[in-house]
Amino acid sequence: MFDNLTQRLSRVVKNLRGQGRLTEDNIQEALREVRVALLEADVALPVVRDFLARVKEKALGQEVLQSLTPGQALIGVVHKELTALMGSAAVPLNFASQPPAVILMAGLQGSGKTTTCGKLARIIRSQGKKKILLVSCDVYRPAAIDQLKTVAAQAEAEFFPSSPDQKPEDIARAALDYARRHFFDVLIVDTAGRLHVDADMMREIQQLHAALKPVETLFVVDAMQGQDAVNTARAFNEALPLTGVVLTKLDGDARGGAALSVRFITGKPIKFVGVGEKLTGIEVFHPERMASRILGMGDVLSLIEEAHRAVDQQEALKAVEKLKKGKGFDLEDFKAQIQQMKKLGGLSSLMDKLPGAGQLGAADLAMGEKQMRRIEGIINAMTPQERRNPAILKASRKRRIAAGAGVTVQEVNRLLNQFEQAQKMMKSLGKGGLAKMMRGMKGMLPGMR
Amino acid sequence: MFGFFKSGKKPSPEPAATPEPVATPEPAAAPEPVTTPEPAPAQAAQPARLGWAQRLKAGLAKTRQVLNTPVGDLFRRHAKIDEALYAELEEILLTADVGVEATDYLLESLRKRVKRDRLTDSGQLRDALKDLLLELLTPLEAPLDVSRARPFVIMLAGVNGAGKTTTIGKLAKRFQAEGRSVLLAAGDTFRAAAREQLAVWGERNRVEVVGGQGTDPAAVIFDAVQSARARGIDVVLADTAGRLPTQLHLMEEIRKVRRVIQKADPTAPHEVLLVLDANTGQNALAQVKAFDEAIQVSGLVLTKLDGTAKGGVIAALARRAGHAGTPIPVRYIGVGEGLDDLQPFRAREFVDALFGD
Ligand SMILES: Nc1nc2c(ncn2[C@@H]2O[C@H](COP(=O)(O)OP(=O)(O)OP(=O)(O)O)[C@@H](O)[C@H]2O)c(=O)[nH]1
Ligand SMILES: Nc1nc2c(ncn2[C@@H]2O[C@H](COP(=O)(O)OP(=O)(O)OP(=O)(O)O)[C@@H](O)[C@H]2O)c(=O)[nH]1
Ligand SMILES: [Mg+2]
Ligand SMILES: [Mg+2]
Repeated sequence: MFDNLTQRLSRVVKNLRGQGRLTEDNIQEALREVRVALLEADVALPVVRDFLARVKEKALGQEVLQSLTPGQALIGVVHKELTALMGSAAVPLNFASQPPAVILMAGLQGSGKTTTCGKLARIIRSQGKKKILLVSCDVYRPAAIDQLKTVAAQAEAEFFPSSPDQKPEDIARAALDYARRHFFDVLIVDTAGRLHVDADMMREIQQLHAALKPVETLFVVDAMQGQDAVNTARAFNEALPLTGVVLTKLDGDARGGAALSVRFITGKPIKFVGVGEKLTGIEVFHPERMASRILGMGDVLSLIEEAHRAVDQQEALKAVEKLKKGKGFDLEDFKAQIQQMKKLGGLSSLMDKLPGAGQLGAADLAMGEKQMRRIEGIINAMTPQERRNPAILKASRKRRIAAGAGVTVQEVNRLLNQFEQAQKMMKSLGKGGLAKMMRGMKGMLPGMR
Repeated sequence: MFGFFKSGKKPSPEPAATPEPVATPEPAAAPEPVTTPEPAPAQAAQPARLGWAQRLKAGLAKTRQVLNTPVGDLFRRHAKIDEALYAELEEILLTADVGVEATDYLLESLRKRVKRDRLTDSGQLRDALKDLLLELLTPLEAPLDVSRARPFVIMLAGVNGAGKTTTIGKLAKRFQAEGRSVLLAAGDTFRAAAREQLAVWGERNRVEVVGGQGTDPAAVIFDAVQSARARGIDVVLADTAGRLPTQLHLMEEIRKVRRVIQKADPTAPHEVLLVLDANTGQNALAQVKAFDEAIQVSGLVLTKLDGTAKGGVIAALARRAGHAGTPIPVRYIGVGEGLDDLQPFRAREFVDALFGD
């Protein structure tokens, strides 16, 4: 939807080429583009401003002078700074306390707290902590307690019942007491969503914190949040000694600039990211990936994951079966792969996620899409027998196919070459067959080598 | 400083007397009423509420506090129109999630108007910007008329946690207050306790909820529409599970829901509401685009405006055409978690609130 930063910068960088060094003047335009990119990614304006000041300072320094092309250096500086700001990867949960280690969740309405409680329970259990207790102090949202109960069962963790007519603090104390007496390792406390400007509700969670003395107080943030992320993060951070952040709904297509805003304001580590509604949808945080995502610089890994999700399982199984039976990968399969790519939202949406694709203009992309259609056209012009066994394609058949598809014989030859490469790729098919295939496809498109 | 927002605080928890909701969810094969209308639990006592515009204004006041530059001050400090004034206006728009494109457009138009009308002082500039925003947002003001079909079928959709289920509770109240009969369809058969949540809203409004966990959402809603028709119900509100546009199979599922509704009644759905969280940044544009493509969205609901998020992204949305070739109207705004915290969208009030008038 938006130009990504790589795209923006490649335009600017062209102008920077050949100018031995970056100056206050010639960096200005590039920085403006970075500013727009960050704003479109929903990084809060005050954060953008400060970030740009840092980048400028770095860019005008030595690092840039030593490098070969100033443009590359600038992108490098931006990316490096952003990654640095994102903090370190995979900061673990803290259990260094007299058991039970209490984890308190906090955040706005609908940010994903209750779901994250279940996800954390599951993760902690997989780390070998046996006894986990979940409790809900949300007496406001309809069926919030039921929801946590279901989630606890899914996570195979124990659930401490509560009811909407109780006081949240009473619930918390009772649960803590129960957890102590029954030697639980971990107590995870869900709370109601609240607005940071709701003074009563902020006081309530402060009281919960005082009663529970949690080792972890996690602020749960929706990755789609906009500019207001700075205000909410500041208020929650001031009200509570937060120990970490969980960024949810990262399986969407939001750039996630809120991650930077929240990091910037709270200075607290982003410990986990939510990548799905199911309890398996949680991952440790990767600062580098997040930086790339905010900048729109592509994230091959997320592309591959997405591909895995969307690919018609049956088709995939069929292909695997076939390979197992020793039958080769034929042009019919090749066509099916192209159709799967279409299912994934077409080339343009895929390319958005591939690094370097930013250099491709809209025209290149249109060409890519066109090429895909041509490939399909050529395959369509073949007989089923020819698709199953391309080896029989001799000159006369090729001419017929070329005429049928409205292309030249050279183009048919090129396709056959590409197909051969793809076939080789498929031979070395491990698990991520499609992912490899994608990379193969990428090589076939203009300007993407 | 927070005292001002008291009215926007959480409604009191349900009274203890509330009948046990759906403590034992029966695995109903066919969608069955999960609640039978019962005497409504006493409405939780709520503190005197400010009008939504005031509350909105209170929320919007925050934008200005971020910058430590209340708009009023801003215009008072700069008597003359200069670049610094434009820059500060730009900040106000950007920090309200208006987005780069719409902000540029508004400022560009403002400059033209300053020239055209030979404006000279900052007060005039302020009025001119208000006018521009109003011109942009007025087309979004198109109240929903549910009397043109019976049953009038409303389908709600949106990303996870946007406020769909809560909005249904509020809408049920609203339509009932207008003397209409309402039926709720629990089309979220996926999320934990989604049905129970809707059931509580059903109880609060004393309206029936049909549908159950584990069943097919399209089937649930299909049955609801048929049943509403047979019983002469005025409005059907169909809840759906939250979904992100990247979840292609779920987008396919909701397409199917729409198709199946149409099978039950060829004129339905009469309204497809997309619920947007006002906290959402520029991703709201992608949400509208994706849902509109999938299910032809006819109206928006902007929730959680009682916080400090401004929902300025609707200005960006006002610059984009939906499937019908015009921008998609904003039907309602959500200003809290209680039954009454829903208001029709009014462009003028929205702009006034933004400017602190
Ligand atoms: N796609 C996706 N959905 C998520 C993720 N985390 C939570 N959700 C969904 O977001 C919605 C809200 O999640 P909840 O866990 O109920 O959020 P909450 O913060 O507890 O909400 P309140 O208690 O009302 O404040 C639900 O539909 C969840 O399934 C995530 O990482 N990805
Ligand atoms: N402050 C405030 N909170 C709201 C508003 N509307 C909804 N909420 C809260 O937002 C949270 C999520 O609301 P739901 O109605 O469950 O959202 P949903 O879209 O149905 O969520 P899923 O079904 O999980 O996708 C709940 O805690 C609601 O109380 C509003 O206008 N203001
Ligand atoms: Mg919750
Ligand atoms: Mg819901």
